[in-house]
Amino acid sequence: MKKSVFLGTLAVAGLAAGLASAQSTLEQVQARGSLLCGSNEGLAGFAAPDANGVWQGFDVSLCRAIATAVLGDPQAVEFVPLTSQTRFTALAAGEVDVLVRNSTWTYSRDTDLNLDFVGVNYYDGQGFMVRSDLGVSSATELDGATVCIQTGTTTELNLADFFRVNNITYEPVPVATNAEGQQQYLAGACDVYTTDVSGLAATRATFENASEHVILPEIVSKEPLGPVVRHGDNDWGDIVRWTLNALVAAEEYGVTSANVRELAAAPTANPEINRLLGTEGELGAMMGLANDWAVNVIAAVGNYGEVFEQNIGENTPVGLARGLNAQWTDGGLLYSPPFR
Amino acid sequence: MADVTEPPRESFRLSQLLYDSRYRSLTIQVVAAMLIMALLVELVDNTVTNLAALGKDIGFGFLWTTAGYDINQQLIPFSSQDTHARAAVVGILNTLLVAFLGCILATVIGVLAGVLRLSKNWLIARIMTVYVEAMRNTPLLIWILIVFAVMTEATPQPREFREGGSASMILWDSVAISNRGVYIPRPVWAEGSGLVVAVFLLSIVGIFALRWYARRRQEATGQQLPVLWISLGLFFVPALLAYFVMGRPVSLEYPELGGFNFTGGVQIRNSFIALWLALSLYTSAFIAEIVRAGILAVSKGQTEASFALGLQPNRTMQLIILPQALRVIIPPLISQYLNLTKNSSLAIAVGYMDVRSTLGGITINQTGRELEGMLLLGIFYLITSLIISALMNLYNSSVKLKER
Repeated sequence: MKKSVFLGTLAVAGLAAGLASAQSTLEQVQARGSLLCGSNEGLAGFAAPDANGVWQGFDVSLCRAIATAVLGDPQAVEFVPLTSQTRFTALAAGEVDVLVRNSTWTYSRDTDLNLDFVGVNYYDGQGFMVRSDLGVSSATELDGATVCIQTGTTTELNLADFFRVNNITYEPVPVATNAEGQQQYLAGACDVYTTDVSGLAATRATFENASEHVILPEIVSKEPLGPVVRHGDNDWGDIVRWTLNALVAAEEYGVTSANVRELAAAPTANPEINRLLGTEGELGAMMGLANDWAVNVIAAVGNYGEVFEQNIGENTPVGLARGLNAQWTDGGLLYSPPFR
Repeated sequence: MADVTEPPRESFRLSQLLYDSRYRSLTIQVVAAMLIMALLVELVDNTVTNLAALGKDIGFGFLWTTAGYDINQQLIPFSSQDTHARAAVVGILNTLLVAFLGCILATVIGVLAGVLRLSKNWLIARIMTVYVEAMRNTPLLIWILIVFAVMTEATPQPREFREGGSASMILWDSVAISNRGVYIPRPVWAEGSGLVVAVFLLSIVGIFALRWYARRRQEATGQQLPVLWISLGLFFVPALLAYFVMGRPVSLEYPELGGFNFTGGVQIRNSFIALWLALSLYTSAFIAEIVRAGILAVSKGQTEASFALGLQPNRTMQLIILPQALRVIIPPLISQYLNLTKNSSLAIAVGYMDVRSTLGGITINQTGRELEGMLLLGIFYLITSLIISALMNLYNSSVKLKER
């Protein structure tokens, strides 16, 4: 009898989940009044709670931007910390509305896992961090090293490829989270910590003696990190994609959190800015949002450049240069399609 | 003339299914079975529908694709170019290794602790009480993490073993305890070593033959042989003789510090040690209680009768108490072995690459086949448990009371 009760409960739960997914993600978010954002369990500069328990960071800002676009409130976000192993399952199962968690856009994730990567908010690559007193200057000198690696990541596969192609050996030490990897690396249980360079920089920023650790020059992979949504709900994907594009376009056109209200007060001479800020045309309505959605977003979190400088830029402990993440006009890869 | 009246034969009526106690239970069972079937069908149908809604199909083809990741502890050769299926097998072997060694160590510690808890020595009995209660009343995961933390935080890094470093190897420079694991010498099998091994195995067979012969002889004549001493002699002498006659073909390869890590020797990883020790300590506390219960279940009269026959205390334990206690001990012991095997799936907490970490972790994650992977994982644990249970039941039937 117990068994049938259990099975019954499962079936009912399954049915409930089935019914819930009949609603579109946008409707669900609006009905709930908050956005469920899958985030890192703690990566300084990208997503980590601050001293007051408020989530801060580069990825967090994108979540807040989406919440502002949909709900008009940057605080209407519930952050769901996910490990690298659980993140895609959680997204596919509907536990989060959008995943902004340093996730690399790959072919199989986009197709086989039935997820949609709607853009790239950080162009990254995999690197290696070692103690500077090891005297290692290149990753090809790492023959026989012990490497801490987060399981369930693309870096795990790149690592295997890199060492195999260079015909050198290594000993993988699998860890579940960045915090665990950091602890193992600092204890010396592994010689090398490998993940995306941005993650290495963010991790190193939290070390007591950051200068005793070097990030080796080799970048062994392409890691385009971006927000992910479930496949099939294209309207929701559009909202996330164009929120990100709005941040990028705002920087390109010189719209900042400081001047956005002023620029939105009346149509300006630049029609691109007018369409972005809703003073010309009905672009917001096309996505089912208010016409001034982009104004609220930029006023709340700032444009892409502001978000970058505030969280991971050169004046922060993480200290990342713009590099590939500069605007296309400055020789970077950031290029928003036109708002038209 | 007695008139025997037959009871009137009633024809079967439908209402009897409900009101006749002869049929009612059958009705209830049929209805319950149908409900369970309906729920099962609904569950499967729901799963398939929901997977289809997510755009996922069910398939096991992913097992034959390239895994792409590396595994540190491999009992069979594995490279990142092998398939997910082979990765799963590597994980399965790692699970079985830790489960097997865990069961042995847990039994040894458990029996010791159980017997010592009955000791007449107040201090020993109390210490064992504290041990048992502390171990079995705290979660296993905590013990795994504690052992792992001790092994990684309190032991020196490999580079501390360099000249001028603060750490040194123990046991005549043959064993290094570092925060990456314990490195022990590895035997190197040169030509002729096969013969030494063969001689050694033969002498083990000889020991069993000797014990069998000694028992027969004792049953026939009442005379005892000094089995222990002859066994010890058989264990060491022929193998050592063969070793020297063949010109010492077996040598030891010592771990040496080279590059980043120790090279040579055998590395016993900290993740393995943490899992193995924690599983053994935790389960041993339960086994200790089972053993204590088993011994207490043998009535005092048995001991007294044995003493009255003039048997010494250790012979009493060996011949009278333990054979009877085992009957009580074995069945709950089976479930402890099953628990230990299943608990080994906590390996992920310390990064031990068991089947939960390979098939149920990385493979699922890289291929997105959660349902299939978890299904396979469940089937593996089910089969393993059933096999362990079957083997232990065989043993149980050999020690249980023979009723003739």
